Amino acid sequence: MTEETTAMPMSDTGAERQRRRPIEWLKDVRDNKAHLFLLGIMLLASVAVIDFRTWLVLTISGVAMGAMLFLMASGMTLTFGLMSVLNLAHGAFISLGAFAGGTVLAFWLDGFAGSPSFLLNLVAIVPALLFAAVVAGVVGLVFEKLVIMPVYGDHLKQILVTVGGSIILMQLIEVVWGPNEIPVTRPDSLSGAFFVPEFLPLIGGIVLEKYRLVAVVLGLAIYAAMLWVIDRTRIGILIRAGVESREMVEVQGYRIHLLFLGVFVAGSALAGLGGVMWGMYKELLTPHMGDEMMISVIVVIILGGLGSIRGCFYGALLVGLINLYIGFVEPRLAAVATVGLMVGVLMWRPQGLIPVIKV
Amino acid sequence: MADPILTLSGVKADIDQYHILHGVDLTVPKGELTVLLGRNGAGKSTTLRTIMGLTTLTGGTLTYQGQDISRWPTPKIARAGIAFVPESMGIFGLLTVRENLVLAAVNGPMDEARLQWIFDLFPPLKKFWDKSAGTLSGGQKQMLAIARAVIEPRDLLLVDEPTKGLAPAIINDLADAFEQLKAQQVSILLVEQNFNFSRRLGQTVAVMNDGAVVHAGTMAELAENDELQQDLLGLGLGAHQ
Repeated sequence: MTEETTAMPMSDTGAERQRRRPIEWLKDVRDNKAHLFLLGIMLLASVAVIDFRTWLVLTISGVAMGAMLFLMASGMTLTFGLMSVLNLAHGAFISLGAFAGGTVLAFWLDGFAGSPSFLLNLVAIVPALLFAAVVAGVVGLVFEKLVIMPVYGDHLKQILVTVGGSIILMQLIEVVWGPNEIPVTRPDSLSGAFFVPEFLPLIGGIVLEKYRLVAVVLGLAIYAAMLWVIDRTRIGILIRAGVESREMVEVQGYRIHLLFLGVFVAGSALAGLGGVMWGMYKELLTPHMGDEMMISVIVVIILGGLGSIRGCFYGALLVGLINLYIGFVEPRLAAVATVGLMVGVLMWRPQGLIPVIKV
Repeated sequence: MADPILTLSGVKADIDQYHILHGVDLTVPKGELTVLLGRNGAGKSTTLRTIMGLTTLTGGTLTYQGQDISRWPTPKIARAGIAFVPESMGIFGLLTVRENLVLAAVNGPMDEARLQWIFDLFPPLKKFWDKSAGTLSGGQKQMLAIARAVIEPRDLLLVDEPTKGLAPAIINDLADAFEQLKAQQVSILLVEQNFNFSRRLGQTVAVMNDGAVVHAGTMAELAENDELQQDLLGLGLGAHQ
């Protein structure tokens, strides 16, 4: 094996290269695992300039922010990757989810949500999450049939009608819930924070908001579930195949439109789920709350590579983290940093961090 | 001639504003291999795509096993037992070899015996089972494309220029595969430019020119008649021999 390696230096494995030349290994990571490379750089650069305890809190908050962004953005990247549909009404589905879930928490099951018991809280939280996903999903179903279906294949028309559709959806939210902002208090067990005891080395004394930890866990769980579906199930194989060639999926005997519809509904439901998480984080619901997130959402999906779930996840993490880090160092630059990150990445890798190649 | 499995009568089709097929009449006999010959641009590929429902039919009828399938959507045609291997092969390059075949087996898990038969026909597919199909060589991709078409028993295969750009050794492997399919009584409609390959395999033959079938008959008849070959295939033949 060693003889072969010396004879053919091109054919050695990454592990051997790492032993011989760390620089080459680093280059390899830079070129083939750009998302991890960038994440690593960002973590190292920030930990170098920010006090460690503060950095830890910022990082966890950034990851939480990233997890919520991932939930909000994943549906949009899927619909773009598979169906090549630019759904600019995605933000309205985020708002819709927030209002639907908020209604459950603030009006229907407010007794459970306000109780100090964690289990009783769950009786309110789980239905709120499910209801948000179901409402956004069902409206997504109608929206696909009415608005998206006639404009498949034409991006300009998609932009026009989905912006229009988004205005209608937001007005409908005002019709149903009224024009006023609705305060939603987080369930008892999700508010407040953990205090890490002072005597612990390095991390002693820091304060971690409970809700952020919950967002991280939920985001990771949904990411894992999505990866499982995409990687392991027949539906997932179909989605990946559809990203490459719709025509050949039909030639195999699958009705691609049903797949589109299913993915659109799932994407809307995910937006709804992200919306209710975002609503609980902000504790205030406005019809435009989803729309306000659209810039970040679009940055995330472009950064990650349109159509890529993994890319969306890492893109969301990067956006969440850079927001918090830069926001801490110089708050006025936080919004600039997000877009700056996107511009930088696109100059380096125009396809995004994890591109899904269209064949 | 055996009973027809597929009959095209007066089939017309357009691509954008161009009329490509001007009334194609073609009969594919059941259990035989039919070769569709003709120069580039004669409409051979469009004929296959129209049968598959990928190009919209603007006139005429398609009759498959007694049913009029002219207006059927592509997935329904596929599920009725017609498999299509396009010229581009259309394999999913980001999927593994296994995933390509899993998708092709629309009716559930792959049949072990049939998979073994495919591995015997095309050993590279077994070797690269969990590699992404995009990394395969041209010949291996063609093997995968054909394997995908036959992973489940199908009644009719439409294959568009399988030998294009492949090495002679691989063309021989493909010919063996088609021989075995013929022995299984699968009906095949093969578009080819390689006349030697077609002559070896074909039982019936149809020649297209300018969007219509200009000659139909047995392969033996065409293979023996040099004058007819010259007349129908012209210079195009010499270039591909």
